[in-house]
Amino acid sequence: MTNQQLNSGNPSVDIEYRRRKNAEEMRYQVISFSLMIFLTLVAFASVAMKDFTAWFTMPFILLLAVVQVIFQLFYFMHMSHKGHEAPTLFLFSGLFVGLTGILAFLTIVWW
Amino acid sequence: MHAEEKMTYEKWPAAPEKATLEAKNKFLGFWLFLGGETVLFASLFATYLALKDKVPDTSQHLAKDLFELPLTFVATMLLLTSSLTSVYAMYHMKNFAFKKMMLWLGLTVLLGAGFLGLEVYEFNHYVHVYKHTFTSSAFGSAFYTLVGFHGAHVAFGLSWILSLMIRNSKRGLNLYNAPKFYVASLYWHFIDVVWVFIFTVVYLMGMVG
Repeated sequence: MTNQQLNSGNPSVDIEYRRRKNAEEMRYQVISFSLMIFLTLVAFASVAMKDFTAWFTMPFILLLAVVQVIFQLFYFMHMSHKGHEAPTLFLFSGLFVGLTGILAFLTIVWW
Repeated sequence: MHAEEKMTYEKWPAAPEKATLEAKNKFLGFWLFLGGETVLFASLFATYLALKDKVPDTSQHLAKDLFELPLTFVATMLLLTSSLTSVYAMYHMKNFAFKKMMLWLGLTVLLGAGFLGLEVYEFNHYVHVYKHTFTSSAFGSAFYTLVGFHGAHVAFGLSWILSLMIRNSKRGLNLYNAPKFYVASLYWHFIDVVWVFIFTVVYLMGMVG
């Protein structure tokens, strides 16, 4: 799914093509939304059922959250499109600093 | 193409959110801001994780006594759906369908307001029923700072989208305001990204123990 300017020299053909391309992309968006809802349901269900130990549930729901956020970033926020190199750099740099902070707080802060 | 040019369906570019220099700068600058927001929220998560359930005495309630699955679930569904409605709004923006974009943005605002209402109810409930306040414990401070900061982002995002809608209601779409709508929708998605981690790390993991 690219997002470049498309030109055939014939405006009405271009518009028709772009309309269909946008509609097709919207279908992908709806599919990723249904997957996100599904992942949320699984996460809530695994906590509600109480059948699993915390050692299973905690990493499992964290993994579901990470997958869901990848959908959100790459589809809803279009990070899978071209021209998102700088945003990717910014976001992952922020994530790197932030995760280091979380690791530090979890290991050196105690009560 | 310059920003104030009167737009028609035929002239509308494929990527109106990045068609002018100002739009390109806005796009880049906003993602830099989101990188900074990531650090901000990560530090609040770090604080919460370090201070979770750290209370001065046994009369205070812990995470597993406070949180309830149904309320969190409804709030999550509202915010997740509002993320999809803003995707629909941007879809219509790209097709130069101003009225449809406004309709979906309006839906987004309504869903976001529903989420915010639930959060106000929730905090009020904790304060009055459980005496779980900002100053009652380190746990309380960390909880209200993290979740409250997210709630403040929701409130800000709502007023942002609403002001854009009101300011541009008679103007229609052009290359001056299309990047504004686009950036506001990015902000709204980012709020949803943060909420995914809040409902997982704070609420679900809090209920597991």
